[in-house]
Amino acid sequence: MSSIAAAPNHSIAPPSTVRSNVRSEPAWIRWTLIGIALAFLTLFLFIPIGTVFYEGLKKGFGPYFAAVTHEDAIDAIKLTLLATAIAVPLNSVFGLAAAWSISKFEFRGKQFLITLIDLPFSVSPVISGLVYMLMFGAQGWFGPWLIEHDYKVVFALPGIVLATIFVTVPFIARELIPLMEAQGKSQEEAAATLGAGGFQTFWLITLPRVKWGLLYGVVLCTARAMGEFGAVSVVSGHIRGATNTMTLHVEILYNEYQFSAAFAVASLLASLALLTLAAKSYIEWKHAPEIGK
Amino acid sequence: MSIFSASRRGNVLPGFGPALGFTLTYLSILVLIPLSATFFKTFTLTWDQFWTAVGSQRVVAAYKLSFGAALGAATINAIFGFIVAWVLVRYEFPGRKFIDALVDLPFALPTSVAGIALTAIYAPQGLIGSVVEPLGFKVAFTRVGVVIALVFIGLPFVVRTVQPVLEELEVEREEAAATLGAGRWATFRHVLFPTVRPALMTGFALAFARAVGEYGSVIFIAGNIPLVSEITPLIIITKLEQYDYAGATAVAVVMLLISFALLLFINYLQWKLARFRQAVT
Repeated sequence: MSSIAAAPNHSIAPPSTVRSNVRSEPAWIRWTLIGIALAFLTLFLFIPIGTVFYEGLKKGFGPYFAAVTHEDAIDAIKLTLLATAIAVPLNSVFGLAAAWSISKFEFRGKQFLITLIDLPFSVSPVISGLVYMLMFGAQGWFGPWLIEHDYKVVFALPGIVLATIFVTVPFIARELIPLMEAQGKSQEEAAATLGAGGFQTFWLITLPRVKWGLLYGVVLCTARAMGEFGAVSVVSGHIRGATNTMTLHVEILYNEYQFSAAFAVASLLASLALLTLAAKSYIEWKHAPEIGK
Repeated sequence: MSIFSASRRGNVLPGFGPALGFTLTYLSILVLIPLSATFFKTFTLTWDQFWTAVGSQRVVAAYKLSFGAALGAATINAIFGFIVAWVLVRYEFPGRKFIDALVDLPFALPTSVAGIALTAIYAPQGLIGSVVEPLGFKVAFTRVGVVIALVFIGLPFVVRTVQPVLEELEVEREEAAATLGAGRWATFRHVLFPTVRPALMTGFALAFARAVGEYGSVIFIAGNIPLVSEITPLIIITKLEQYDYAGATAVAVVMLLISFALLLFINYLQWKLARFRQAVT
């Protein structure tokens, strides 16, 4: 069909060329659009990420290393890693449990449950922190009881972990649910029919089939957990050496006009973001079918 | 609990009860009950107190800025995000795969890092600020700065929702249009664009919803001048720091309700998009 349509102009060209000509624009339009896209991305992606490293290293490597090995920075890094190490495994277990029940069983309210899991995405990070102040803050539901028994939740590690979990709850579940739905349940059913127990079926059949999808979700969840700022900012209380995460440490240094130090610590987080994108792209390119993309 | 009861007919797989039980308990303790606290706290206010908290000039100005700037940023993202998706799917150029991977940077980069980087760029001595400021454009510490930050954090949404739809477009439909004598522009307007429109709308709505509640990337570049460049999440934090929990919650509840309405709208759009993609493929 297409070769007939384009015949007057391209009588000698082979069919494949004709096809691409019909579906493409003149070169000047192509290059103008590419130019606009690249200019936009340069302005909003390349310059900002470049700025982080440039500003961080502007005063040389000495001050850079001094900033990232400063006692407060090390404490902040430790706290961020600790909160992430608690939040990500919990959300992984949650993601697997949610995906197992949603993808392998039929029940009423399933769609509603999926919407509830996505809920934290549509809540402002600041409100994600606020809700725990209302629960555990001095004026909160459990505040008086906590004070009486000398437990600290907000302005301490538990609050930071709770806020981190809240904002990252959906990440792993939303990768696993569509993947496990697409995979169906026939293999699990075969295993169960052959006498495998529940955990055996899960460990030997389900988990190996979703491992790349799980890893993909874990990568995204970890990046967000380590980079969360707004929610953690509300519940942290900004106590140096105690409740400052890396993102909060960046804010404090910046507000104290220690710009180079702020960008030095920020460059660690930016490197982590680039690493995340590399891992994400690797999984997308090498294991596309296994993550359902 | 009865709405989540399973129809177990013919299902041999174990673990439904424990898995769903854990899912619901986890979600309730960590998300649903804490979120409900905002509504219970608001109910402790009288109507007058609520109105004083959310109706003050400063809060109304913040709502207007948060929603207005989010709308502006989502519009910019819809236009340029569409071009980026188009170029990434349809054209070959050096570095395309690398750029494709980097589009997700705003998802991966912590918002406070993005905030200080953008501020450094657009500050009067910054890379772009030092060029545009003498020309009379002030960006940092103005509303324009707020929009810039929101464009950054919303950038991937439109690209990532439009891209798969462009990839799935059937070659035959464009060829048919060309066969029937349509030029490229006519094909784009009448064949391609209507196909992509639901995805574009979804991406726009997602970028808008994200931008409304954004905090970290904005507060550095905004300058936070009351009535001028102060966003709603900052108002909530300021009230909390003054131990005005009830006031902070009242401001938050209005935002939450609008966010939930947006979420329902987005779900509706995505449901339409899924049906549409099923019909196309």
